[in-house]
Amino acid sequence: MERFSRLFHGLDSTTATNRKLALMRDYFRDVPAADGAWAVYLLAGRRLKRLIGPSRLQDWLAETTGLPRWLITETREHVGDLAETITLLMDADTSGEPDPRALHQWIDEQLLCLRDDDEVTQRDRVVAAWRALPPDQCFLFNKLLTGGLRVGVSQTLVERALAEATALPRTVIAGRLTGQWQPDEAFYRGLFEPASHDEDASRPYPFFLAHPLEESAATLGAVDDWLVEWKWDGIRAQMLVHRDDVILWSRGEEVITAQFPELREAAVSLPAGTTLDGEIVAWRDGQVQPFFQLQRRLGRKRVGRQLLREAPVAYIAFDQLEAEDTDCRDRPQWQRRESLAATIDTTADERLMLSPLVAARDWQELDSQRAAARENRVEGLMIKHREAAYGVGRRKGAWWKWKIEPLTVDAVLIYAQPGHGRRANLYTDYTFGVWHGDELIPLTKAYSGLNDSEIRRLDHWIRRHTRERYGPVRAVEPAQVFELAFEGIQPSSRHKSGLALRFPRIARWREDLGSHDADTLAQARELADGIAG
Amino acid sequence: MGQDLIEPTEHGLYCAAGDFYIDPWRPVERAVVTHAHADHARPGSHRYYAAPSSIPLLKKRLGADTRIEPLHWQHRYRFGDCEVSLHPAGHILGSAQVRVGDGHRVWVASGDFKRGDDPSCEPFEVVPCDTFISEATFALPAYRWPAPGDTAQAIHDWWQTNAAEGRASVLFTYALGKAQRILAALRWLTPDTVYLHGAAVPLTRIYRQAGIAMAPTAPVSERDSSDGFAGELVIAPPSAHGSQWMRRFRRPSTAFASGWMRIRGNRRRRGFDRGFVLSDHADWPDLLRTFAETGAQRILTTHGRADELVAYLREQGYRASPLATAYSETGEAD
Repeated sequence: MERFSRLFHGLDSTTATNRKLALMRDYFRDVPAADGAWAVYLLAGRRLKRLIGPSRLQDWLAETTGLPRWLITETREHVGDLAETITLLMDADTSGEPDPRALHQWIDEQLLCLRDDDEVTQRDRVVAAWRALPPDQCFLFNKLLTGGLRVGVSQTLVERALAEATALPRTVIAGRLTGQWQPDEAFYRGLFEPASHDEDASRPYPFFLAHPLEESAATLGAVDDWLVEWKWDGIRAQMLVHRDDVILWSRGEEVITAQFPELREAAVSLPAGTTLDGEIVAWRDGQVQPFFQLQRRLGRKRVGRQLLREAPVAYIAFDQLEAEDTDCRDRPQWQRRESLAATIDTTADERLMLSPLVAARDWQELDSQRAAARENRVEGLMIKHREAAYGVGRRKGAWWKWKIEPLTVDAVLIYAQPGHGRRANLYTDYTFGVWHGDELIPLTKAYSGLNDSEIRRLDHWIRRHTRERYGPVRAVEPAQVFELAFEGIQPSSRHKSGLALRFPRIARWREDLGSHDADTLAQARELADGIAG
Repeated sequence: MGQDLIEPTEHGLYCAAGDFYIDPWRPVERAVVTHAHADHARPGSHRYYAAPSSIPLLKKRLGADTRIEPLHWQHRYRFGDCEVSLHPAGHILGSAQVRVGDGHRVWVASGDFKRGDDPSCEPFEVVPCDTFISEATFALPAYRWPAPGDTAQAIHDWWQTNAAEGRASVLFTYALGKAQRILAALRWLTPDTVYLHGAAVPLTRIYRQAGIAMAPTAPVSERDSSDGFAGELVIAPPSAHGSQWMRRFRRPSTAFASGWMRIRGNRRRRGFDRGFVLSDHADWPDLLRTFAETGAQRILTTHGRADELVAYLREQGYRASPLATAYSETGEAD
């Protein structure tokens, strides 16, 4: 317990990735297996089944500290995290003796056992732990009680640390950490075993990345030297088809097979020993659907039947990296494409498609097709040299992405509220409005796009130009205008404006504009109509 | 009850009976200034009144030819129909509470204050009163300060650990008050010289001239930087973080000393390696203790978490309400 607590606080008190990596690696190397298993489980972001609801914890905290319940709520909102709030309110009373038990034993006896207790016993045990544990350990206890750890390490970083500790490739570790497993001794020992042949075959190839095309397309030379495709608005994934299994790897080299069961089902019909590269898109009625439909499928452990029906997907393949168990990345683009076309031909499943070529006589014609890209719900064009091999990383000259310009609107800052956690003390969540008559109608929220000094300056301004406060939200004087950029806009019945924006972010603080120079709701609607039509 | 003795106006807190302002945010005829931080001591007023030990700091901030009359500690001065006296607030050197009495009632405007140990300034004095005007910068129960001595020790330990690794330690903190408080505490822990960013040099000199004993200091600019300040402790204002100025330090470990560092999210957001909890404002228990000790029935709150404090005090039986002011809400702004 103490050792894990030290690891946790080591991770928490540094921002340097290499430092975090070294701390975890050293811990994993010689920790007893039963503890190591829990550490992997927790650091990789898995959590205990919720044992006690946050509202009840706050009730107990109010009773224990003698503070009014509303003040507990206010404090939690300010701090941004219940586990920390409890720790901060209790740390004057703790006796400060570190708990001597091993991590796995402590989790069993201090946390998991709560599941079978009645409420009175739960309360006694929890309050006793608050009083007994030194602040560092009390915080950890509360974190596990209320959810995950969230200590600023990604699953990928945990995988890297384990890879270093075990001297195995990260992707092998990644494979071992997917799916269902119990945090026990046997599991942790298994992580250290050499990779099997199947595991080696289950790893993705490094993704080849395109460069943004910033100069004129004409600088690329003859248009005939290039293969042009749509740049699909989905998520990039490699599809590995084995004799008895299918694995989908995301760009971030995470296994996402479980989130797309229908693609696994479809891929079984492809020849074994195939690896494809392509894009998973939301798909219905023979058409790509807006990205937010796909978003509903992401970040889930499992996908229910209803969601499968409501948000169907398809896989649009654009490259073949492996055919009949042979790496074909060195072959020229046009050959790989022919091979890919033949592979897709072997299946009748409509959820697997070949990304079509966009034909054009010259760059100008392509440019006008690109301009129409938004109507086709794609992000622009991909331009690939006919002779290009499938490289590693982002290499200039072989693949180019030619994106459409973002849409923009000038909107007025109307509400602000403090951020959470990292930004708990700054007004960083902004709501922007556009004019409808002489009223400002909220159009969108946006969080990113300002630099730190702008954020601080705007925070300062917000505090001095507040008109009204509703809980944490401040309504501010309508004076500051921002140019917002976004990738899409569409009708929405859930928003007062009747519009929803995709990827809204602040492009510029328009200090040169007054609030009446901002756009109107009618202008924003025209943008949406322009896309739908 | 009659008219309030002190009221907020568009120029600042105003005492009509004595015809003077306290920490006005716009130029006025007569300004009693509680302390030299920029959000309390603003330029442009005709005549200022302040505690003697505050005057050199005020002149540094407002200009050498500013007209400032000293009001000696505890001495009662007549302003119109009132008696006015200053009493130490324990915030920074020369920081004062303003006691105003008109023969019927006593008000105290406390400015910024703290109760924790601070060898670099006069300790807080409890002044009995009917109405107490309080800051509310850290008025939430999560804000409870560790013993300042423990924090000084932690800063020293951090410095020594970095020194053992051949690294420079850069501690960010406010150049007026906090920097000198840390230097005064470090004096007991080390005979070594601490290096100062240019912004802290003249202020530290004024503290020394006032007789405050501190660890030896030297300007960063006067030290050869070829070794990247390996093993040294450097104190700098937060604005230097991420600036060109930082380039002279090789692999520096950075830290921030502030009450806000009590919250993990703040420590992480600011991107410093370490956060030390050290504040020149009262924490939650000290706010409540102070109100009780003054015997005040009525508490008026200024900048900070005023809403929560007022609601809580009303539940405790105080007459409490917020006063609108233009002081910095994040406190410690300098």
